[in-house]
Amino acid sequence: MSSTLAPDAALMSAPNAPVTDFDPYADAVLDDPYPHYERLRELGPIFYLSRYGAYGLARHAEIDSVLRDSATFCSSAGVGLANFHVETPWRKPSIILEADPPLHGRTRKVVAGLLAPANINKLRATMEREAELLVDRVLAKGHIDAVPDLCAAFPLKVFADAVGIPRDGREEFLLPYGDMVFNAFGPVNERFKVCLDKAQGAIAWIAEVCKRENLTHDGLGAQLYAAADQGLLDPEEAPMLVRTLLSAGLDTTVFTLCNAMMCFAREPEQWATLHAQPTMARQALEEVLRFESTFHSFYRTTTREVEVAGVALPNEQKICVFIGSANRDPRRWPDAHKFDVNRKANGNLAFGTGVHGCAGQMIARLEGEVLLAALARRVKSLRLESAPVIHYNNSVRGYDSMPMSLVAA
Amino acid sequence: MTSATSQITFIQPDGSARTIAVVAGANVMLTALANGIAGIVAECGGAAMCATCHVYLNEGSAAFVAPVSEVENEMLESAASGRRENSRLGCQVVVQPGAGEIVVQIPSHQV
Repeated sequence: MSSTLAPDAALMSAPNAPVTDFDPYADAVLDDPYPHYERLRELGPIFYLSRYGAYGLARHAEIDSVLRDSATFCSSAGVGLANFHVETPWRKPSIILEADPPLHGRTRKVVAGLLAPANINKLRATMEREAELLVDRVLAKGHIDAVPDLCAAFPLKVFADAVGIPRDGREEFLLPYGDMVFNAFGPVNERFKVCLDKAQGAIAWIAEVCKRENLTHDGLGAQLYAAADQGLLDPEEAPMLVRTLLSAGLDTTVFTLCNAMMCFAREPEQWATLHAQPTMARQALEEVLRFESTFHSFYRTTTREVEVAGVALPNEQKICVFIGSANRDPRRWPDAHKFDVNRKANGNLAFGTGVHGCAGQMIARLEGEVLLAALARRVKSLRLESAPVIHYNNSVRGYDSMPMSLVAA
Repeated sequence: MTSATSQITFIQPDGSARTIAVVAGANVMLTALANGIAGIVAECGGAAMCATCHVYLNEGSAAFVAPVSEVENEMLESAASGRRENSRLGCQVVVQPGAGEIVVQIPSHQV
């Protein structure tokens, strides 16, 4: 990554910020983004990404305040690089992700109620049973590919069951669909185009399973249709929000579990701590989210001329927020590069924050806690047997394959 | 220009109290975390998604803060220690300019 101060005349839009030609989406960066993030944080509180014509933020404090000010830094222009206010979106914008207040509050209220602790805690007992069965299976095998056998298997079972969609097709279609959606949080690059082409079958399948007649009668999907019956949503909004649950809720949780397994495979003494005290699972998961954030970056767009960290930004300006970097910012986290399950990692930005903070974060935490706790009780040690295969995506980080061996307690 | 100073008083279930001086724009949840006030969990960090920064707002304080939003109203149903008329999520309670003392009671449990 090279960083130079551009002459004022060359970059009128970025007169006061350091300029970098850093490419957040290059394979080599995705392999290990953290040294790059350190350089971005050291450039200053704000910088200009010359390749993409966007400003960037990589420190915790600035990202936190931008995400909390949804009136000035909006989502309706899209959360990827494309500005929906002036460009045609790749799909019809989401009525929750890509909406601003007051429109956003109407859908957010329904989804927040659906995914609130009071509603989802009813799923805990079922998830705990499924986690025990899954841990039985992986321990019986001993040698596993932890991605399909464990990290993907769990959400594909418990989350898809919670939404209430049919069994057939989950493995084939759910993860490619999410892959496409999360690629769209970056630029419309080759990676996104290839993924979009490959996802056509998934798009058709998703549209089908989101229909009321294909859902269970009491799942989260059916509850969205019930909200429409009560007039809280328009009838056509219910299937759109079922689709949102499926696109937002699978890949992210799968990758979070992958990242957890990788953190513990790399740090056996941290696994020993959790194994000795499985009730630490929820706290440990929070540290995984901080240390190896699933989501790495996305965009906001200015709604007016505004100054950020002393730099005057124009209206309709894209800003990339590197939350994966904020969670490693030493200004916020002592020993930021140490994975420590004893740490109080609350307040990390892995799920974003403010009115657009991830609506599914409590069900994601529930799934992660339940599976980690079951593993902690039953698995004495785990080891990576060969190099894992990274999954390249524009905004989320995880793995396609993680050959591991597990030893029963 | 300096913001007029206000204060937030946190009362624990055992009756012990602590008062923190704040400026307009301060948020009850973040103030509690920054000052190590016990009983505010704030698992979601301020996205109004977890209901673990639940507080009871004393009657005289209501005038100093904005009313409950739709999303907060929905989320208060998840408050572990039971919702009351004066229940608020600390993360959504922001000190308005010119506010006097804001007094909140911390419930017995958050999860």
